[in-house]
Amino acid sequence: MSAAVQADPADVAGSAHPLAQRRPLGDRVFGWLALAAGLLVLVILVLIAVTTSQQSTSWFSHEGLSGIFSTDWDPATDHFGAMAFVFGTAVTALVAIILAVPVSVALALLLTEVVPPRWARPIVYVVDLLAVVPSVVWGLWGILVFAPWVQHIYSSIASGLTGIPVLSFLFGGTNTSGAAFFTAGLILAFMITPIVTSLSREVIATVPSIDKEGAYALGATRWEMIRGAVWPHSQSGVVGSVLLGLGRAMGETIAAALVIGSSPAITSHLFSPGYSMPAVIANQFGESSGTFRAALVGMGVLLFAITIIVNLVARGFVERSARRAKGA
Amino acid sequence: MAIAAEQPGVDLREPAGWRRTKNKIATVLMWVAFAAVLVPLGFVLYTVISKGAPIISGQFLTGSIPPNIMPANFGGMAPAIIGTLEITALAAVMAIPLGVLGAVYINEYGGNRVLARVIGFMADVMTGVPSIVMGLFIFTIWVLHFGYSGLAGAFALACLMLPLVIRSSYEMLRLVPDSLREASYALGATKARVTLTVVLPAAIAGIISGALLAVARASGETAPLLFTIFTVEATNSNVFSGATTALPNQIFANASQPYVGAQARGWGAALTLIAIAFIFMIAARVSTARFTRYSR
Amino acid sequence: MNQPEEHVVKTELPKPAALDSRRAEYVSDYTSAPVFTAKSVSIYYGSFRAVTDVSLDIHENEITAFIGPSGCGKTTVLRTLNRMNDLIPSARVEGDVHYRGASLYASSVSPTAVRRRIGMVFQKPNPFPKSIYDNVAYGPRINGTRNKATLDEIVERSLRQAALWDEVKNRLNKSGLGLSGGQAQRLCIARTLAVEPDVVLMDEPCSALDPIATGRIEDLMQEIKSRYTIVIVTHNMQQATRVSDRTAFYSVLRDEKSDFRTGVLVEYGSTRQIFEDPHDSRTQAYVTGRIG
Repeated sequence: MSAAVQADPADVAGSAHPLAQRRPLGDRVFGWLALAAGLLVLVILVLIAVTTSQQSTSWFSHEGLSGIFSTDWDPATDHFGAMAFVFGTAVTALVAIILAVPVSVALALLLTEVVPPRWARPIVYVVDLLAVVPSVVWGLWGILVFAPWVQHIYSSIASGLTGIPVLSFLFGGTNTSGAAFFTAGLILAFMITPIVTSLSREVIATVPSIDKEGAYALGATRWEMIRGAVWPHSQSGVVGSVLLGLGRAMGETIAAALVIGSSPAITSHLFSPGYSMPAVIANQFGESSGTFRAALVGMGVLLFAITIIVNLVARGFVERSARRAKGA
Repeated sequence: MAIAAEQPGVDLREPAGWRRTKNKIATVLMWVAFAAVLVPLGFVLYTVISKGAPIISGQFLTGSIPPNIMPANFGGMAPAIIGTLEITALAAVMAIPLGVLGAVYINEYGGNRVLARVIGFMADVMTGVPSIVMGLFIFTIWVLHFGYSGLAGAFALACLMLPLVIRSSYEMLRLVPDSLREASYALGATKARVTLTVVLPAAIAGIISGALLAVARASGETAPLLFTIFTVEATNSNVFSGATTALPNQIFANASQPYVGAQARGWGAALTLIAIAFIFMIAARVSTARFTRYSR
Repeated sequence: MNQPEEHVVKTELPKPAALDSRRAEYVSDYTSAPVFTAKSVSIYYGSFRAVTDVSLDIHENEITAFIGPSGCGKTTVLRTLNRMNDLIPSARVEGDVHYRGASLYASSVSPTAVRRRIGMVFQKPNPFPKSIYDNVAYGPRINGTRNKATLDEIVERSLRQAALWDEVKNRLNKSGLGLSGGQAQRLCIARTLAVEPDVVLMDEPCSALDPIATGRIEDLMQEIKSRYTIVIVTHNMQQATRVSDRTAFYSVLRDEKSDFRTGVLVEYGSTRQIFEDPHDSRTQAYVTGRIG
């Protein structure tokens, strides 16, 4: 009754071996398609680098590489020094990180160590809701509602701090609209919190419970357990998540474009208006041409390069932490 | 059985003073962090809903975009809504199949090969590329040759979505136990068959969920569309050529307008956009729940 | 390897009159044709030689048991018979394995074609997350059968052969994951039988099951033996004596000085002979329970 040696319809006629069968075309094609899709990632990344660099050559030939570091930005007179924007990008991203990281890490710890699993889900939903708000809505709210409100606070703080050395250095200055480095940094902090939280959570969740139980068994309080057992394991992973948040904050365009103040400036005053690379590209690209446009594209290239590097380093940290957790 | 009398020197109370306080402070700080997240979220949602809801009406959803100076109850955002839906749908159709196939390559075909690991790693790195760079990229590679169009915007959004879909699909494929693949191979299935008939169906819930989340993210992105669709205020029925508009772009434009009417329409558009993104997010969760129920 | 490869057609072989479900006593009187012939087979994972120099014949319509301590390579040899080791990138087979006269590892051989003729049931039941019907219909479907009536018939026949039909005939649409361990394993057996293989390989099919479920599967094996050739890897010596006609005893060959280990076939013969009159002292030690 066994049909073992029925002629297999797929057998190639005339093949020497009864079990021979050419690998079906469909199978091979599928494999190629999958490979092509995977290669697309690499192709796109390379194309981005190549084509955008090409478009920005007129800027580089005009200003040379020092254009990146020059603070002289005046399109009307053909000066395209990018430093003010690099500065603004760095400052807003830093403010965002300084504000978001403690909150995100605390949230991640809250979700993994403090809150019983049943309550963790709703809290995660709430944090994810932060991520659902599109960047442009943050910007809209920021410029129409938040900035005017926060402008008063800025003035009060600034006047209150006049004369005090370090603090007035940072928090002095005048602001009439509320749009400033700090405002942009604050909104960026809201935006990157969900991603830093969720990545940190993943990292902290890989800490082996044996270590945690060991700490408790020695009579540690929860905070002591976190410091002693969780932190050493998840350190590099959390650093990785922070760097990823940094990368995201640097590249975030629209919210920054609306609330940063749109005036290129290099100043220590966090409460004064400024500009950043993505913001100037978004705001000025439409009307630009020639070398101006090339300069903007060039800043895009710079942004691309910086975020790629930050992401590579960040992924390196995260992988290292994951590998150590597996080996532990 | 007599209960032993409490002996001197046995102290089972909480650890004294400072340690306990530190623990309490830490816990309080963690909850403060949660509050710190709730405040801006509540603030934004409240503002958008309270300012946007009054504007939403049948006219808003179907009317065309009036000049900015017009008062709030004039016109609507229909071209932008249509634009967002069309462009996002087009981007999804491009990015989702390619993303899933890419994840299939990394997880099913790539094995331990260097190429597969490089692709996986670079896909992760690609999720961090700023969206404005994607917009600039499509601008240089497409718009300069073929002009503005919804299609160009879709390309830019697809570039944004691709690594996200790859990443989430990859995680889902990894979760499918090898024993299922073995069972399928043992029945004489080819690799493509195994993948298409056993592995993908087993992972489909998570894949759909990840794809919907990527779509939600893409629908709200402005920067990639700035230089690719050029933001005109009329409906362009041909998504493949000619400038068009989308909700995020309109919001961006209206945000810097001094006119109250324009701002009001901006709020309405913002509420619509959040609603769209929210719907996708809910759909993603429903998908996970429904499909996992089938496989139990 | 250089003989002309024959396409051996399976004919109806005369069966000894008294062959019933109680096997062993009669096997020594009669030997059916060999389905598999392995000569000097060694199997490597990378540079590690897992199995050394195995030679044996598997005979038609018999149940052959592979027994032995952990790590002796019995599962490795089993998986070589349907080219499942191909799925492990570093695996390599040396020596000859012939299936009905044709070389199993010739370069022109398609593993997919091999696996359609030689099925496998795994240690842990692994039903697909599909309905019971779709689980059993999976094999025929990928082989091109589309007709609903034909599929219905195949599904019913396979589930009957696997002694599962009565229990699930009213819930064929329910998920295969909702079955108990024993039922799930019978589902996997039905799934394997649905493609009408020539040989059914079983890798410790009962080790994850309770004794009652185990008994039912052992009965099943006896019932289907007349239509299929079965090779079973088992840890359970009583099971080997209960079900198998022939038994192969594997063990680990260890070199004390260099810490070199590999699996070897120690003895192969009728089950009766292996258990009642083992020729090799290692076999005797194992079956009498002194080791392993």
